[in-house]
Amino acid sequence: MKFLDEYRDAETARQYAREIARVTTQPWSIMEVCGGQTHTILKFSLDQLLPECLTLIHGPGCPVCVTPLELIDQALEIAARPNTIFCSFGDMLRVPGSTADLLSVKAGGGDVRIVYSPLDAVRIAGQNPASQVVFFAVGFETTAPATALAAYQAARQGLRNFSILVSHVLVPPAMEALLSSPNCRVRGFLAAGHVCAVMGCAEYEPIAAKHHVPIVVTGFEPLDILQGVLMCVLQLEQGRAEVENQYARAVRQTGNQPARELIRQVFTVVPRKWRGVGEIPRSGLALSEAYATFDAARRFGLTHRTVPEPAECLSGLVLQGQIKPPECPAFGKRCTPEHPLGATMVSSEGACAAYYRYRGVAALAGA
Amino acid sequence: MCLAIPGKITSVAGEDPLSRTGRVDFGGIIKEVSLAFVPEAKIGDYVIVHVGFALSRLDESEANKVFEYLKEMDELADLKEPSP
Repeated sequence: MKFLDEYRDAETARQYAREIARVTTQPWSIMEVCGGQTHTILKFSLDQLLPECLTLIHGPGCPVCVTPLELIDQALEIAARPNTIFCSFGDMLRVPGSTADLLSVKAGGGDVRIVYSPLDAVRIAGQNPASQVVFFAVGFETTAPATALAAYQAARQGLRNFSILVSHVLVPPAMEALLSSPNCRVRGFLAAGHVCAVMGCAEYEPIAAKHHVPIVVTGFEPLDILQGVLMCVLQLEQGRAEVENQYARAVRQTGNQPARELIRQVFTVVPRKWRGVGEIPRSGLALSEAYATFDAARRFGLTHRTVPEPAECLSGLVLQGQIKPPECPAFGKRCTPEHPLGATMVSSEGACAAYYRYRGVAALAGA
Repeated sequence: MCLAIPGKITSVAGEDPLSRTGRVDFGGIIKEVSLAFVPEAKIGDYVIVHVGFALSRLDESEANKVFEYLKEMDELADLKEPSP
């Protein structure tokens, strides 16, 4: 496929690896923010092409993984209600809540449906006026415009049986939180390309300046990641801390204006708890007052409870880049994709799932 | 979740910008996609698609930079090498 296959060319990848090795003179730790990038790195073993002194730290960019337990429990509560159709992306169905997951609610008779797009949920609401239809809106800035358009269309159609359980999170505040931690080892970032395709690059400038870290907006194919690493290492070696755009074929400096405008209309910025990380100020999106009538938590009068995480799951440390998945004692033993302790083992972007899928037992042996 | 893949627009329908849709070809698999956020996109363009929405039109002139970057680095390195 055009715009895909050419970015997987092995010979160019080797040239990039040689160039990275040539310019690297000292140890550096670089975080790839997005779980999609983590999967590319593990799938194509890009980490093994890099010099030993370069460490790639896997970031928190897996929205499924950071959705707080309380919200999963709220989703389970709504999905189990009679006359309710609960619509979710497939990734969320096996994420463990405190007692069950959406798949087991479905098995117990709940009407849980996997949708490809938030607009599918709007369509289902139009076709089922006697049922309450709820969309579980999980995702970063990349997905927020799609949810925003679903809310906009539902309002325009006057749908009274449609609502949204919103769990959208924002990337820059999480990067700030990571950099402010005393344990932070990150010296440079590969920023999440598709988040920036929506939001643009400007909001990373203050982070780069304040913390003196290079931030390279990076794509998702092997050559994108390798070029992103090279650009980041060059900045580190030269003592620069700038925002650069490796992924300019998809990312404009100002992002996507119509998408940003709709996000601004439909959402308001709120503090949000990140699973395994804790509450981060101004890191979430909730429906604005104009769209509050579509807020599922309000509609169903859900109360906010704090639920303790299972102690055995170390996904919080994984999400903050403090340990790699095979360093968790439960990895591959008590915790597998079939019987996950935490969301990082379930999600198609979770770091634990990536290690389990692409490294398997070898990951354990190397830990 | 932020998975988005490139595809080629093969047809466009709808007048209102926020309800404009297109059929997008992903290497033989065709899906209907919202073009609400890419008002400039037209038939033949490649777009990055995420959860049924085109988020960005791919810029052909930027697309080759990943291959040119190494060449530029080589040329820079040659300039810096002391001449024999």
